[in-house]
Amino acid sequence: MADNGDEDSEYRIKVGDCVVLKRGDIFKAMQIQLGKKVIFEKQWIFLDKTVGQLYSTTFDIVSGGNLLPQKPKNADDASDAKEAGTDNRNIVDDGKSQKLTRDDIETLKEQGLKGQEIIQQLIDNSSTFRDKTEYAQDKYIKKKKKKYENTVTILKPSCRILAMMYHGREPGKICHLRYDTLAQMLTLGNVHAGSKVLVFETCAGLVLGSVMERMGGHGSVVQMYPGGGPVRAGMESFGFPAHFHDTLHEFPICHVNALLAGTLDTTGKHSSAVEKQSDKDKEKEQNQPEAEQAGEQQDGPEDPNMETVTAEEARVEKEKKEKEKRKEAKAQEKRMKLAAAVAQLEGRNADGLIIASRFHPSSVVMGLLKFLAPSRPFVIYSQYKEALIECFTKLKEHGGTVNVRLTDTWLRHYQVLPNRTHPLLLMSGGGGYLLSGTTVATDTAKPSGSQRVEEPAAKRQKLTDTEG
Amino acid sequence: MSFVEYSDVIQDGDVAIVYLGIDSTMPIKVQKGAQTQTRYGVIRHSTDLIGQRYGSKVTCSKGGWVHVLHPTPELWTVSLPHRTQILYTTDIATITMMLELKPGSVVCESGTGSGSLSHAILRTIAPTGHLHTVEFHQQRAEKVAEEFKEHRVDHLVTVRNQDVCKDGFGVTGVADAVFLDIPSPWEAVRHAKTALKRQGGRVCSFSPCIEQVQKTCQALMDQGFEELSSVEVLLRVHDVRVVSMPLPDFGPDPSAPPGPDSRGEAPNHASIALKTTTPPREIPGHTGYLTFATKPRT
Repeated sequence: MADNGDEDSEYRIKVGDCVVLKRGDIFKAMQIQLGKKVIFEKQWIFLDKTVGQLYSTTFDIVSGGNLLPQKPKNADDASDAKEAGTDNRNIVDDGKSQKLTRDDIETLKEQGLKGQEIIQQLIDNSSTFRDKTEYAQDKYIKKKKKKYENTVTILKPSCRILAMMYHGREPGKICHLRYDTLAQMLTLGNVHAGSKVLVFETCAGLVLGSVMERMGGHGSVVQMYPGGGPVRAGMESFGFPAHFHDTLHEFPICHVNALLAGTLDTTGKHSSAVEKQSDKDKEKEQNQPEAEQAGEQQDGPEDPNMETVTAEEARVEKEKKEKEKRKEAKAQEKRMKLAAAVAQLEGRNADGLIIASRFHPSSVVMGLLKFLAPSRPFVIYSQYKEALIECFTKLKEHGGTVNVRLTDTWLRHYQVLPNRTHPLLLMSGGGGYLLSGTTVATDTAKPSGSQRVEEPAAKRQKLTDTEG
Repeated sequence: MSFVEYSDVIQDGDVAIVYLGIDSTMPIKVQKGAQTQTRYGVIRHSTDLIGQRYGSKVTCSKGGWVHVLHPTPELWTVSLPHRTQILYTTDIATITMMLELKPGSVVCESGTGSGSLSHAILRTIAPTGHLHTVEFHQQRAEKVAEEFKEHRVDHLVTVRNQDVCKDGFGVTGVADAVFLDIPSPWEAVRHAKTALKRQGGRVCSFSPCIEQVQKTCQALMDQGFEELSSVEVLLRVHDVRVVSMPLPDFGPDPSAPPGPDSRGEAPNHASIALKTTTPPREIPGHTGYLTFATKPRT
């Protein structure tokens, strides 16, 4: 079937695209730029040749770091009936069964031999290969492939891929949030198109991006952020179309109390007075050397340079004025953005709250819960169970929530091969914990000291336990 | 109200979820003049529900009270009337992310069963996606189609009453993702391949037994699927408790300084209160294995 260029255009790699490079289980997010050398798995490569190719194409890395699309694979050669042994009773692991030395292999690599060919050489030069069982041969080939195959696959980013990438490469950046835990958060939070979701995260923007992917550009997301500015690197890696960014707002948490009290001023008269002051100070510093220059020139020979000195001064003045104009425009833009975020928040009718940060969750959720409408879900992630135990207690004391549960998930991978099916490593407990629940109307709700709603009397244990 | 869009006020004809307590929810079809019995008394729809905000507390006739919540696929999953064994939120969440579902996705699913996963898929793919769901049991197919209508999501879904292993999903080359939860998924793999877009897509098969998983993986490999991955996901719930642990009485301590014993060393009431979590007595240890794969471009 001939490829219809138009039909496939959204599946083709373009310059400027955000992509993810993959080899085996290794992922790395990158942007396609021409003529730029990038490093991936200790190799320097150019991504130029990928432009115009389809996503999910696998490329061989050839000399010079260029990429060449792989030819479609024929049936694996390893499937021919090869000589094999029955068990390993006579195989001695003395480290001498491979005749090729490291230098020999390097030479082969330099000669430009492809991964598949190097592996064949290793097999031919191994004295024990034909004594291994068929399964052991398979395992050997798989292992060598992992080591010598010089390929990279270009993938379109998605929550699944980026979450696995961050968890594998830089778990510290995402508070050790495992990808299955992230999956639970998105579903428990009922994140969907058309809703208004509040996000507070210190996971490099991965959680933010995942929420935005599930909103599809519909509805709005308000990113509450600590400190100077919102972190969005992880979100940018998703490569969302421009209009998605129109749905994204940000709000600094240092203004939360003012907003809740109704005292937040977004018109720039006095809340950004402090901003303006610090800007003025910065400007003074910058203009100092300029002023000095102008001053020096003035002290120089007078008459011949009188004209130029005045022109110089005028130019400096003009630049200063334009700088001020730009600064004012920026400040104005900032104020407008703040006002837009306030407009989203002040109705206190958000549809969902997602928290995933290194900050103590109790304080975060008690501060932000008020922005949620009644009968809406909230999900809080923490690396540490104890932090969420405290959070649970605080929420129960405060009232206004139901169905509050503290959970975590276990994820177990399996190897499924004929006669070789078994679980792989168990990722136990390393994925963090979740506290989830639903808000309810707070006007007449009593704090749930009233056990009745939470636990029918018949189920109570006859110990001295009390529900915390 | 709809399962794909929030609203604020309960209206006649809505489906609402009555929350009675932890692990105790009940769906309600709101109707003028109707009444619903709960263990805390009667709820009168016209006075207690219609016109009230979702999330409100409702006092029932016996004096007890409940909360009325806006439906979500997650609340539906734990309240819906079972016609078959269903998928629970833990598996559903994993499937949603691993199949890369999002607004606009086109998904094929079989068997529909009681519609637990279907509702979650619809929520995620709305407003521009579509779900083609196949159920070979006629009554179940009809019941679930009825529910989609009541839940105001029928415009996003097509229910087909046929056997996916024989007749496929009823569409070709349109799906971004295919999900199989049937007794013999290996027989449907080739139909999954046909239903998926030419440019590629994701597939998932859910099976309780490892033999089914093995057969399915073989079929996926034979059909040229790549990136096979089989996992299982288990949920652990932690019940927050304050526990009282008595302190042992080692007898009076001769080396201790004499003086008023204000430290509770009197053996009868010495204990420490500890805030901790305990697991429930029994936890679901297995639901099924999830096998994911990618169809490359053909």
